Amino acid sequence: MKNRTHISVENLNVYYGDNQVLKNVTIAIPDKTITAIIGPSGCGKTTLLRCFNRLIDTVDGIKVTGKVLVDGDDIFDPQQDVTAIRKKMGLLSQRPFPLPMSIYENVAYGPRIHGTRKKNELDVIVEKYLKMANIWDEVKDRLHEPASSLSIGQQQRLCLARGLAVEPEIILADEPTSALDPVSSRNIEERFMELKNRYTIVMVTHILRQAKRLADYVVFVYLGELIEHGPSKEIFENPKEQITKEYIKGIIS
Amino acid sequence: MLLSTAIVMFSLLLILGTIVVKGLPALSLDMITKAPESGYYLGGGGGILNAIVGSLLLAAGASVVSMIFGIPVALYLNIYLTRKSKLAEVIRVALDVMCGVPSIVYGAFGFAIMLYLGVRASLLGGIIAVSLLIMPVMIRAIDEVVRLVPHELIEASYSVGANRFETVFKVVVRQTLPGIISAVLLGFGRGIGDAASVLFTTGFTDRISFSLLEPVATLPLAIFFQLGTPLPEVQQRAYASAFILTVIILVLSLSARFLVSRYGRHMVK
Repeated sequence: MKNRTHISVENLNVYYGDNQVLKNVTIAIPDKTITAIIGPSGCGKTTLLRCFNRLIDTVDGIKVTGKVLVDGDDIFDPQQDVTAIRKKMGLLSQRPFPLPMSIYENVAYGPRIHGTRKKNELDVIVEKYLKMANIWDEVKDRLHEPASSLSIGQQQRLCLARGLAVEPEIILADEPTSALDPVSSRNIEERFMELKNRYTIVMVTHILRQAKRLADYVVFVYLGELIEHGPSKEIFENPKEQITKEYIKGIIS
Repeated sequence: MLLSTAIVMFSLLLILGTIVVKGLPALSLDMITKAPESGYYLGGGGGILNAIVGSLLLAAGASVVSMIFGIPVALYLNIYLTRKSKLAEVIRVALDVMCGVPSIVYGAFGFAIMLYLGVRASLLGGIIAVSLLIMPVMIRAIDEVVRLVPHELIEASYSVGANRFETVFKVVVRQTLPGIISAVLLGFGRGIGDAASVLFTTGFTDRISFSLLEPVATLPLAIFFQLGTPLPEVQQRAYASAFILTVIILVLSLSARFLVSRYGRHMVK
């Protein structure tokens, strides 16, 4: 791994009420690669991901200590502009949630907010990112139809285009294929493989085969603790920790 | 259950039937195109256009006022306050109580405000009282739809760097637009049909008035006055007025349905 560190997590603790969901996590996520956060359900994978774009802030009764540095800036610093942090990162959620507007408006939503108003500029942006998400051909004749009329697989690619349209550096994906059929899943996976040269992709998954197929770097989280992290090959072929071994072999889930 | 449904539907039909049977014979073009002429309440000529216009103005004015205050309140309760917020719960309970307060109380309260402001019985006074009456209903109705907005949808907006204000007005309002429209029309319907709140506050006039500071006639009071006369033909006109009021409300709820389907097409489920 020669890549520089893009997101660096230092002694991150997250408490939900009295319950500690993340315990003293320290990792460095490399630039322009796919990092997979793996581990059983309910072990804090999503929480970790949601710390990166501070969506964690919207949860009641949450307390975060420690640091998350993106490009060297502590994003939990009260002086930070949350919207600027979030603009740096596109998000794909488990189930796609297109905004309640047309396909075109969904992609134009972010750029509009950040100050692009001219129609011809927006047209270019919309086309560019719909193409990048490999959905342009399917929707180019019905850009002004409701986004909710698309199939769920198309919706997920639309959400990808929406995220890309604000020109982020990082793509966060929370089990992005878990609600999709195999063909749509594959389509998303192929997009990730294309995009990883330009973006840092962090994805949560509990599908080990998916992590194996896509990831360059793997982070294994178990019951809120960071057990092991390293290049994908190392983790899958030669894990250091017993518990990682068991998880990868499928002894524990 | 079937029996209850049958009884309810039967009573409903009976009410509508009474209005139609008693009202239709007295319904004439004059009723809806003319203001009362002299001696109207003693069987003279004319119609109740004054009350139709007055009621529509009053209900529309009150709906607009309630909407301007009500929509932000419902959004505040859900987006700015958290799900577990005690304050939000207190406000909701207060609104529920206000929904149950009899309309005469709002009339009396509106009247007190008018005295304080030095406004006499007028359209403005009526709008104040009726706004107070329908606002809690409207807020709670909008509150219920905003509460159903999936949290992930709000997060989706946040995640492209939208702030809370942009998220609320560009995403939440759009998602809940059908619900907001039906809530506003619900309020409108409640406002147009209420007699007690306008009794002291709008006054009554036989003229067609568009001024905020002049008294206006309203349909419920027109019905009340017409029923109060000893003359059977004037009483019949009361049923005709009730029929007109019912038709207005019918048109309203049909247009609500139409608008809901028209603006609901972008909704994300």
